[in-house]
Amino acid sequence: MISVHKTTDSKLSLAHILVAYAALTIGGICGMLQGMVRGGVIELPYGIGYYQLLTAHGVLMALIFTTFFIIGFLYAGMVRTTGPLLPTVNKIAWVGFLMMTVGTVLGVIMVLLNKATVLYTFYAPMKASPWFYVALVLIVVGSWCALVAIMSQFRYWKRTHKGKLSPLFAFMAASTMILWFIATLGVAATVLLQFIPWSFGWVETINVMISRTLFWYFGHPLVYFWLLPTYMVWYVILPKIIGGKIFSDSMARLSFVLFLIFSIPVGLHHQLMEPGISPTWKYIQVVLTFLVVIPSLMTAFAMFATFESFGRSKGAKGLFGWIRKLPYGDVRFLAPFVGMLLFIPAGAGGIINASNQMNAVVHNTLWVTGHFHLTVATTVALTFFGVTYWLVPHLTGRKFTKSLNRMGIWVTITWAIGMVLMSGAMHIVGLFGAPRRTAYTTYNDHTLALEWLTYERVMAISGAILFIAIILLVISLIMMFRAPKGEEEFPIGEVSELAGATPAVLDKWWIWLIILAVLIVFAYTMPVIDLINSGPGSKGWVTW
Amino acid sequence: MHIHRLEKIWLIIGIAMLVVFLVAIGFSAFAMGNHPPGHSSAIKLDPEKVYETPPFDNPGLERIGENEYNAYIVAYVYGYNPGNIEIPVGATVHFYVTSADVVHGFNIPGTIVNMMAVPGEVNEMTYTFEEPAEYLLLCNEYCGIGHEYMATTITVKG
Amino acid sequence: MEARRDQMDSKQKNNGSNEQGNIQDEPLKGTFASVLILGAFIAVSWLGVLWLFIERS
Repeated sequence: MISVHKTTDSKLSLAHILVAYAALTIGGICGMLQGMVRGGVIELPYGIGYYQLLTAHGVLMALIFTTFFIIGFLYAGMVRTTGPLLPTVNKIAWVGFLMMTVGTVLGVIMVLLNKATVLYTFYAPMKASPWFYVALVLIVVGSWCALVAIMSQFRYWKRTHKGKLSPLFAFMAASTMILWFIATLGVAATVLLQFIPWSFGWVETINVMISRTLFWYFGHPLVYFWLLPTYMVWYVILPKIIGGKIFSDSMARLSFVLFLIFSIPVGLHHQLMEPGISPTWKYIQVVLTFLVVIPSLMTAFAMFATFESFGRSKGAKGLFGWIRKLPYGDVRFLAPFVGMLLFIPAGAGGIINASNQMNAVVHNTLWVTGHFHLTVATTVALTFFGVTYWLVPHLTGRKFTKSLNRMGIWVTITWAIGMVLMSGAMHIVGLFGAPRRTAYTTYNDHTLALEWLTYERVMAISGAILFIAIILLVISLIMMFRAPKGEEEFPIGEVSELAGATPAVLDKWWIWLIILAVLIVFAYTMPVIDLINSGPGSKGWVTW
Repeated sequence: MHIHRLEKIWLIIGIAMLVVFLVAIGFSAFAMGNHPPGHSSAIKLDPEKVYETPPFDNPGLERIGENEYNAYIVAYVYGYNPGNIEIPVGATVHFYVTSADVVHGFNIPGTIVNMMAVPGEVNEMTYTFEEPAEYLLLCNEYCGIGHEYMATTITVKG
Repeated sequence: MEARRDQMDSKQKNNGSNEQGNIQDEPLKGTFASVLILGAFIAVSWLGVLWLFIERS
């Protein structure tokens, strides 16, 4: 067992994880304050704007916490499964970390100075300070360094193990970064070619619909950038933690290549209520969106199968006896498991959101906010929290202790209660028409808006509950750095003996990338041509 | 590749369910005309000249039938032009919506009128107001510091 | 590296599914029941919102 204590590889992962949790904490403070404003509990002091907090919350939670944690986690797993990072790989990785961190700080400063109160989707023609867009470029290009690092490490392993199937974790990590790169090309294009020239004043107008379309070309696969590492924990790590086996290596890889090809040519399902895009192309991308549901259906089966096989191997009988055999007292399992359970309503909501004209029932209401607080803020976040409890000890050469486990269980329970309450209230009040991204209002005491208040108060209370969970998380992190020294394993599962062999086509990407390119060209050419032939474009607006 | 028999059956059931959903919404959209909004936006305009460009040079209701109207509405920070709209019960209204500045929402809660008002583009949606009531018309797309005040009413007189 | 050996051993064992066992041998009735429940949840929630859409049209 190679010692990873204090090597620069583990410092690399730790640095990413600590930035992630700093972002989560600040983002969490923002979120709690937002909930309290919206529930009519407080008014913000010192001239802080609700929409400033909202911008910070969205950027820090959905962009910084996620990206930094994912990259730090993937590096650690690459070391675990392919050996220490090559010196050049390690250097590129640090360059990427620096760029992303500088970008993050610059972006947060712009938001705090009220020069970028445009929310994390920064829709044109609202025009932020050009330095906000520069910050975004730094973050995205910094993340591309992680792509280069991980692909280089992966290729080195393949070269030195000719003819062998790559470690499942490594294949999945590389797939995730490939997906991220292809997705970020869209947001990079709109920021570099549209927003930056426009916000610096080099061009007068911006084509609003093209900027939205490029953003959402990125915005949908963004959620799979979050989901794929989550699924990696479920497929590769959880089986080892419970003492079972990976159900099927080939089906797991198949699900990942299906995500690669179907999660990208579908951005229009975030634009179903927009003008300028023909209903035919909206529907075609809806069909493609429904295809990306399939690998999640496969994953659900694989997860239950893993648990059932394990349970039966421990003597469980009957249809559901295996449920009792799972290690609920181990936060390394419990947190991701609760995330899995809550993915059931989360995924169901997603299918509804994507259902073409049915989207009109929920578009821009708090239902959508409820949806993504279940998906990313519960399923993905709880899985990442569960990982943290063993990963940080592993990286720091300390033990995951019983008291850390207890803290983790409290975090999991508190978070789950907070999110179920908050997301539940949001889903319901959204169906009653309450808009998202809106500060406290009763629209002049309109009867309908007054009916929303009860739910908004529930949201305020649950926001506070969630903040308690974050405090417990921060305390846990401090405890991790003071835990007794020792070796903490990075659990990697073994494949079940009953699983078949994996075909070679599921250990390479060329064929899948060709299919993806064809799908992107098919799904986007006509809509983009329609939108390029627009009017003269919009000048910039600073409405805050 | 070796796929468990029950997994094959599950995937067939799951995919069949998705296909049923797609056929239902596809039929409703293409055979019955229930498309999402924005289906025939041939008009592109210069947002700076929105009030000089027909039909928005004359915002408001235009009667085109017995109880049928076109409503030309411009969203702006922070309201709708015209606001406080009044229509008779049973009226079928074709909403044509654009923005004079940033992207706004155009949402009448309790109905499926829920679409984006984008500068330079025209969005459209048709709705028949069967019930007399005071409907809220609100902006559900963040548009600036006054976003939470951006609303008006549509009064359906019975 | 321990990890690589884990994966490599599994691969050598599973060169053909006939050698060690067959995936079809896994008793997965509980799994099947669970995913059917998941499917039912999706169907019921989707139909619920479809109903709302029709009602508000």
